[in-house]
Amino acid sequence: MAKKVAFMQGNEAAAHGALYAGCTFFGGYPITPSTEVAEVMSVELPKVGGKFVQMEDEIGAMAAILGASLAGSKVLTSTSGPGLSLKQELIGYGCIAEIPCVVFNVMRGGPSTGMPTGPSQSDVMCAKWGTHGDHPAICLTPASVQETYDEVIRAFNLSEKYRTPVMVMPDEIVAHMRERIVFPEPGEVEVLDRKTPTVPPEQYKPYDTSFGDVPPLAAFGSGYKFHVTGLNKMQDGFPTTKAEIVQAEEERQVRKVEANVDDIASFEEYMLDDADVVVVAYGSTSRSARYAVNVAREQGIKAGMFRIKTFWPFPDKQIKALASRVKGFVIPEMNLGMCSIELERCAQGKVPVLGIFRVDGEPINPDQIVEKIKEVK
Amino acid sequence: MSFDYDKYIRPGKLPHIWCPGCGHGIVMKGLIRAMDTLNLKKENTAIVSGIGCASRLPGYIDCCTLHTAHGRAAAFATGVKLAKPEMNVILCGGDGDGTAIGGNHFIHACRRNIDMTYIIMNNYIYGMTGGQFSPATPTGHKASTTPYGNPDPCFDIAKLAIGAGATFVARGTAFHANQIDKLIVEAIQHKGFSVVEILDDCPTTYGRRNKYKSVIEMMNRLKEVAVPVKAAEKMTAEQLQGKVLTGVLYKDETKPEYTAEYAKVIERAKASK
Repeated sequence: MAKKVAFMQGNEAAAHGALYAGCTFFGGYPITPSTEVAEVMSVELPKVGGKFVQMEDEIGAMAAILGASLAGSKVLTSTSGPGLSLKQELIGYGCIAEIPCVVFNVMRGGPSTGMPTGPSQSDVMCAKWGTHGDHPAICLTPASVQETYDEVIRAFNLSEKYRTPVMVMPDEIVAHMRERIVFPEPGEVEVLDRKTPTVPPEQYKPYDTSFGDVPPLAAFGSGYKFHVTGLNKMQDGFPTTKAEIVQAEEERQVRKVEANVDDIASFEEYMLDDADVVVVAYGSTSRSARYAVNVAREQGIKAGMFRIKTFWPFPDKQIKALASRVKGFVIPEMNLGMCSIELERCAQGKVPVLGIFRVDGEPINPDQIVEKIKEVK
Repeated sequence: MSFDYDKYIRPGKLPHIWCPGCGHGIVMKGLIRAMDTLNLKKENTAIVSGIGCASRLPGYIDCCTLHTAHGRAAAFATGVKLAKPEMNVILCGGDGDGTAIGGNHFIHACRRNIDMTYIIMNNYIYGMTGGQFSPATPTGHKASTTPYGNPDPCFDIAKLAIGAGATFVARGTAFHANQIDKLIVEAIQHKGFSVVEILDDCPTTYGRRNKYKSVIEMMNRLKEVAVPVKAAEKMTAEQLQGKVLTGVLYKDETKPEYTAEYAKVIERAKASK
């Protein structure tokens, strides 16, 4: 049987990806340019018995999905720049209380209201450093409509597997462009659910590390009684200020992601085998970068592209390896040099990192990238 | 025979953090008696709070308990209830948490009329942070941030709840301990968003700044200002000056409840497939 094919935009694909992944609860607040996600969820979720709620504000939407996740639902919210800022306190809550959830954030111009309908890639640092305190960060940056669908499914899987918030951050171009998408059959793509306890309720501790760095999570209303707090907590979920426990728990929360970079990180290597110049790109910018690499190759320049699909945790290992064998990096991005900071860190001064930074709401075109590739000597 | 509170208290979690003379413990006992009266299953009951002294209450009770972020109890609880409508969802917290930083979630939970019960312990002050004025601090009163007297008008929390669309609103006081569980029982039984405001005392950060010489004096004030709604009907406006009505202030059993309405949305959506 032929697979189901559609022509749709990134935001719509995100909603369908969430449904494939088993999302049964959406909490949101209207904001451009991500509103289509909420609209599709409001149509589709009740058809499968799921719940859609439009909350009174952005942080309320974040709170609602965390509450629903604790009640056993797979949950999604969608937002954009200013909304991401408003959600940040509770993204931190999700990190410390270790509650699976997916935050779909469409990157638009900023700061503040900025350019609501213009694309940017200026939220990538906010994905890691937006909420206060040390915490794990997983952030995926899809570059096409199909990939948005696929990566939203993967975001749910990572969130359930590692019991932590996961962000999916397309730029506005990816979110609003329309492309062909092929839907997988049910069962074709792996869908993961969180580990739930096997111990009897009286023995259950929500942060019991005897089960590893990702302890099983019971659902409210499933027969298990337990306490959840945003305070630093012990294995039984109750607050503590004991130095050695706080230190160990904070380190575990970060370690469960950082120690599994190889499982989480995803990237595409394009013409890298003999490359002298590597364009590092993510999101819609990578589409211009691919074209630019092709043009450069036609002109006899050994260019290639390293496309970041998982922005956080950052692919340090791969970038460091490239830095020791290429002549330089080119990084086009729709911000004033955010990924560039990470590249500089990984390049450790071995090779130049040349940036093309646009924050004017216009995409970066291939010509700009070709010119920059030529500057690498 | 004395009531056995221990069956609802988490083993090893007492003593609580509240100061001597604080009324929060009286409210907690009222809640426990109410849960017992209704025979609520502990594993099917979620108690959700925000941040502050009153919001520490869930930690002591042996249920599914969720101590959220400042002001966010109603929004988290909305997620829990909508995801699992079969659960009993009880919210608790203080006046600052619920009506300042959480004010938006509070009024919208009222508006939705989602079947949850919110117990607001109103002690007129931000106690945990050391006694700053809240939206419930009476005008002219002193707090650590109103050293010359509070210039702000204050909320009438019960009226706010009624105005925002809550369908059951009651008020009690920490002095009238025996009434608290009865109000909470009725609130939980009500299908819709119910608010129980308990006028409370904070001797540590409010009383001492406002010339209350003792906890007894603060409790006596609660006794003196409280007028049951029935009694108030026979009193003149003059007699009611400075008084606060207690008991069930408002009840509307006609407004649709949110999770029931959403169940209809699901039916309509499924029919449209």
